[in-house]
Amino acid sequence: MKEVTKLIHKYLRHDKKFPHVSCPGCGNGIILGALIRAIDRIGFAKDEIVLISGIGCSGRMPVYVDFNTLHTTHGRALTFATGIKLAKPELTVIVFMGDGDATAIGGNHFIHAARRNVDVSAIIFNNNIYGMTGGQFSPTTPYGMKATTAPYWHIEHAFKIAELAVTAGAVFVGRETVYNAKGLDALIEKALLKKGFSVVETITHCHIQYGRYNRLGTAVDMLKWQRDNSIPVEKAQKLSSEELEGKIITGVLVDRELPIYQHEYDRIRERAREIAV
Amino acid sequence: MKKVLTGNQAVAHGVLLSRAEVISAYPITPQTTIVENLAELCADGILEAKFLRVESEHSALASIIGASMVGARTFTATSSQGLALMHEMLHWAAGSRLPIVMANVNRALGAPWNIWNDQTDSLSQRDTGWIQLYCENNQEVLDTVIQAYMIAEEVYIPVMVVLDAFFLSHTSEPVEIPEGGEVDKFLPKYHARYKCDVNDPHSFNLMVSPEYYQEFRYKIQYAMEEAKKVAKRVDDLFAKSFGRGYGPIEGHLCDDAEVILVTTGTVTSTSRGTIARMRERGVKVGLLKIKMFRPFPREEVKEALRGAQKVAVIDRNISFGCGGIFGHEIKATLCDEEKRPQVFDFVTGLGGRDVTPSLITEIIEYTCQNERPEGEIIWAGMRG
Repeated sequence: MKEVTKLIHKYLRHDKKFPHVSCPGCGNGIILGALIRAIDRIGFAKDEIVLISGIGCSGRMPVYVDFNTLHTTHGRALTFATGIKLAKPELTVIVFMGDGDATAIGGNHFIHAARRNVDVSAIIFNNNIYGMTGGQFSPTTPYGMKATTAPYWHIEHAFKIAELAVTAGAVFVGRETVYNAKGLDALIEKALLKKGFSVVETITHCHIQYGRYNRLGTAVDMLKWQRDNSIPVEKAQKLSSEELEGKIITGVLVDRELPIYQHEYDRIRERAREIAV
Repeated sequence: MKKVLTGNQAVAHGVLLSRAEVISAYPITPQTTIVENLAELCADGILEAKFLRVESEHSALASIIGASMVGARTFTATSSQGLALMHEMLHWAAGSRLPIVMANVNRALGAPWNIWNDQTDSLSQRDTGWIQLYCENNQEVLDTVIQAYMIAEEVYIPVMVVLDAFFLSHTSEPVEIPEGGEVDKFLPKYHARYKCDVNDPHSFNLMVSPEYYQEFRYKIQYAMEEAKKVAKRVDDLFAKSFGRGYGPIEGHLCDDAEVILVTTGTVTSTSRGTIARMRERGVKVGLLKIKMFRPFPREEVKEALRGAQKVAVIDRNISFGCGGIFGHEIKATLCDEEKRPQVFDFVTGLGGRDVTPSLITEIIEYTCQNERPEGEIIWAGMRG
């Protein structure tokens, strides 16, 4: 067994929960693998981690790993996470969400979690579609593309998830593709170590739904597309918005310090006690 | 024209023939193919409707409440968690007296997650003020959608058409599709009695003080009672036009039956065969199918069960701390009867567990062999 496989097996419920439900060629496994490698490098104990998900293909991921795991309702993973972090601040709380999960039904929770700056890491699987329910358009399906609910073309415009998180106040925001798996695990590692609300938008491919309706080829073709259309943020800063049209800006978009919810909460209590005395 | 359709396709055909004008929905298994079908029909211009795929079920119902308030014929579809998320808007739609029609695919509620058949999602919405109609097969699904619009638009109460997850939603059956022109004659264009209109302005849903609120509730209840008569008339008219009628309930071999089995949804079809075989063995058993759950057809149920010694209710649902929901409706309905049959309430088939002919046989045999049930609930088909 290769070292990397051994490492991943250390964290998987491989004797219980497999085979998994992802389609052959899916990018979700790469994201889960990246998370495991990041956690292993940091050296977190399994029981220090709570991995929470909502609904959709991303929602299944916590089922497969040997952390504390919660498979919650559609769009609400961040609200469960907020409760856990406030009750047990010593736990490392990580949330997996899909694009529909995080920015449609859970869009409100997403922007408010970022604004509130609770110390939680959100890893978003953006595959531009609702994959599990059969390929309906999501808030990140680009204008003009097809889906089962947009048989000709999609007439709405897509959210840019990472930029949305920056605007909403997240202290750490990054974006990476599953093609660049090593870059992805480095980015997740940074996000996990950052205190405050951190977001990693992962661009992944759904060749079965999104790819098929839009004739984007196989999983490999879609991975190559990610490779050919990614621009590191440092380079992107020197390019015009026309040159960046349709490109994936990767890397750390923002890394800043803002007051963290729990710390602010503790300060208030301290102050209130002083006054009471 | 006869076509092989899944239950979800039958819903979409019903909506197409009813010429809905605004449709809004959010994906959820096993409802999704209803809206996929409708999205395509709208995009192709076959159905002249606006299709909206919003960001949650709550928004789906809220947006068609808006559309209905300006006088459009509207539709949405959902299931399970999606229906639960709509809960606030279900009350709002009924309180606003809007003739919205929705399809709910009966699926189990979490936690834990389960996507299979179970009636607790729709039954737990029983007090929201919606008419609820449960379907046995895909033909009934299509026909009920058309009837639902006619009932809703006469009494101004929203209607939920309910079909079983997978057993109907994803199972194909031959379905007779009425001609569009015939349906247009049966179901004319909707003209809202009250609507938001710049030329005839109204205010809706403002704060109502304790002096008036109760009367608003009385009127909904009054309309619900009216809905029983209206539904019957609509069904008779439908039968005259298309040769198929269903009624709020259907009694089958009940006249001389000592034991009557009460069922809803697809369990009814399975029971028909089982009962035929038990009749051959000389067991005097009948079947009562309940299609209309809200308003509850009390008088019809009493009439059908009069004369039976025992009633066995199959509940694919549970109200925790109480029992099977149909079982309790039946017990409440019979409480003022002079001669009451003994009611046996069987809870089974939860979360998609099969209710097989042999299980139904066991249920009937248990009822025949016992004077009284061992408790309020008899759990049938449990793991050993």
